[in-house]
Amino acid sequence: MANTYTLISSNTVGSGGVADITFSSIPATYTDLKLSYSMRNTAFWSSISFNGSSANFSSRWLNGSGTAVNTGTRTDNTEFVLGELSTYTANTFTNGDIYIPNYAGATNKSFSIDAVNENNATLAYQHFGAGLRSNTAAITSITITPSSGNILEYSTFYLYGIKNS
Amino acid sequence: MANPTRVEVNCTTGETSIIELTDAEIAQRELDAATAEAARAAAETAAEELAALKASAKAKLISGQPLTAEEADTLVI
Repeated sequence: MANTYTLISSNTVGSGGVADITFSSIPATYTDLKLSYSMRNTAFWSSISFNGSSANFSSRWLNGSGTAVNTGTRTDNTEFVLGELSTYTANTFTNGDIYIPNYAGATNKSFSIDAVNENNATLAYQHFGAGLRSNTAAITSITITPSSGNILEYSTFYLYGIKNS
Repeated sequence: MANPTRVEVNCTTGETSIIELTDAEIAQRELDAATAEAARAAAETAAEELAALKASAKAKLISGQPLTAEEADTLVI
């Protein structure tokens, strides 16, 4: 059970938006990582990459749309990070947490996400996902990249380090 | 017109950099987006085809008609 929770770095996207965001040179001094985000995008889905690579990812996900439930399996890292479409209610954002246990270890890297849209309409997704990167390298950088377009202004990202002692 | 930018937060130094994408990076992103869209569309089509096969198998079972091998596969775990 984690008993420490330290903010490593954060960022608020500025005017004009950005094509992606990277947290680099992540220290290996924690047990787990947690990336909490509030994001609005041109595209609905974003991918997650570790150490600048999007290779050797696989994932499963479950979501509810307000009227239906859907599940899926991917052999890549796309459609993993849920974002908020820019066509949704103005000034709303999708909130989510990505949890990466044992990120500095020498085993393959598993990770999970839970996220939810905010939209003043019937359609608003709740999203759960589990991912695996089949690569044993310690994670030193994390990148979130929309499938197209930009991460929009005022989106925020907070990277926390968690220790188990 | 300037290229889109990306942001990089160095967690060791605390420095935040705004970096303009190169033309090669933009081209790669467009390729990645097209590949992801193709994969998404293929997965969607496969799911729709499976649902149609299941519906057809169910209807044939109810009416006592023989199933095709593909339809039978949807019922066997």
